[in-house]
Amino acid sequence: MRLGLVLSEVGQGLRRNLSMVVSVVLVTFISLTFVGAAMLLQMQITEMKSYWFDRAQVAVYLCTEFATIGGCEQQAATPEQIAQVEAQLESATLAPFIDTYYFETQEEAYANFQDQFAGTAAAELVSPEFLPPAFWVDLVDVDQSQILVDALGGLAGVESIEDERAYLDGVFDVLNASSITAVGIAALMLVAAVLLIATTIRLSAFSRRRELGIMRLVGASNRFIQTPFILEGVVAALIGSALAGVAIIAIVEFFVQGYLTEALPLTSLVGLDEALLVAPVLLVAGALLAAVSANVAITRYLRV
Amino acid sequence: MIRFEEVTKVYRGTARPALNGVSLEILSGEFVFLVGASGSGKSTFLRLVLKEEKPTSGSIHVLGQDLGAISSRKVPYFRRNLGVVFQDFRLLPNKTVFANVAFTLQVIGKSKGFIHEAVPDALRTVGLEGKEGRFPHELSGGEQQRVAIARALVNKPAIMLADEPTGNLDPATSAGIMTLLERINANGTTVIMATHDAGIVDRLQRRVIEVIGGRIVRDERGGGYQTQANPVLSQAGLSQAGPSQAGAPR
Repeated sequence: MRLGLVLSEVGQGLRRNLSMVVSVVLVTFISLTFVGAAMLLQMQITEMKSYWFDRAQVAVYLCTEFATIGGCEQQAATPEQIAQVEAQLESATLAPFIDTYYFETQEEAYANFQDQFAGTAAAELVSPEFLPPAFWVDLVDVDQSQILVDALGGLAGVESIEDERAYLDGVFDVLNASSITAVGIAALMLVAAVLLIATTIRLSAFSRRRELGIMRLVGASNRFIQTPFILEGVVAALIGSALAGVAIIAIVEFFVQGYLTEALPLTSLVGLDEALLVAPVLLVAGALLAAVSANVAITRYLRV
Repeated sequence: MIRFEEVTKVYRGTARPALNGVSLEILSGEFVFLVGASGSGKSTFLRLVLKEEKPTSGSIHVLGQDLGAISSRKVPYFRRNLGVVFQDFRLLPNKTVFANVAFTLQVIGKSKGFIHEAVPDALRTVGLEGKEGRFPHELSGGEQQRVAIARALVNKPAIMLADEPTGNLDPATSAGIMTLLERINANGTTVIMATHDAGIVDRLQRRVIEVIGGRIVRDERGGGYQTQANPVLSQAGLSQAGPSQAGAPR
């Protein structure tokens, strides 16, 4: 009986205020999509970190016939020079800092390169002799790559020592910046959403002020008076957040999995699992947000 | 039943109090007219009884409860003991007579079965049987006020507050409404009615409380409307306020 009454009030309110309800739906939709995007970006960062940090961080590139920098004079590193570098890596001074390392020949480097850049122009241009052989070194502490630079930098046959994480840091900076931007936009949009929900609820209360007046007069409990309005806000916000959830899943399915996986084949990207994790969070966030702001709005209205 | 002790109400932003040091007691089963010019404080009195307003100072007891001690969460439950009728009826235009009366019971969570017994009962009391399906705009003013009274009555309140219930009605219709209020009073409900209608007050000869400028200037059993239009007499009323009133509770 009471539940039926409350629900019919909610339905009436939603219909009477249709244009405001639509705007609440749209604003929560967009703001929560940004929230979801920010969450996905953070997940992407975590994913990439765990992917890359499992792999070698420092590359000790050896000389090729074409190299002119470092200890190279257009001379490919000789087997003796390679052995010497390896001996250094095994030595008592360096060994404690090194977790594992492995040697990659020019042919292996070429094979990896072809894998990573399959189908691109670069893959056709490159031949094995352009790619330097390298020691890939996994450090115990990823921040100590300078030790390798100091120890191996001057050796004959070593072209350069590069901390691959330096490149990754750039990538992470970009991702972090986008994530922060998304959070910023989301925050602004959420403020708009909260205010809009509050205004909508107040309008709805105003259009029902006769009923409200009588309800208060005859002693309807505050909760009974408030519930339909709160539900009204929650329903509108839930529609918006459901749309945001669908949008997030669609972005992952069609943009990330459909497009980015091909464009960035060497990167592990967020998948549907992550999107399905984000969507319910958005639903709950939208509902909570609406419930709180509608509650505040209607309480203010009733106190007068 | 209702006790005011030195109640003063000053609305925010105004210097002059709407009620000024009012003390009175209304007993169970009484029929009280509240008379006085517009702005004299009659409506403020009714709003205070309903706890729609808080007194600036003084204390109010209604139905054995100290209104100052009722938390705002409990106020709705307190109001279920009061029925209220207004000059402008305040019916919901998109609801039928039956639905208007039933609305009161629905919003306080009564069962369907109870509503289907109590509403026809209340409509019979006010003489509106057979008009359950009408809408307010299809009714005369007197009938609309009867719907409002049925709505106030349906939850069997101990106190009925009426703010100029005949203010919009012609004399014959008013007389009908008054007969109804008298019958409700005879059934044990305390009735407090604010009015400007001298004819009614004079004819019924009930307790009359006259308010001028927020003060009670007369509290008389079996009184008439009289004095307040005449400044000299209202002066006299002020000076006589206490002793001349037979049985006025203090």
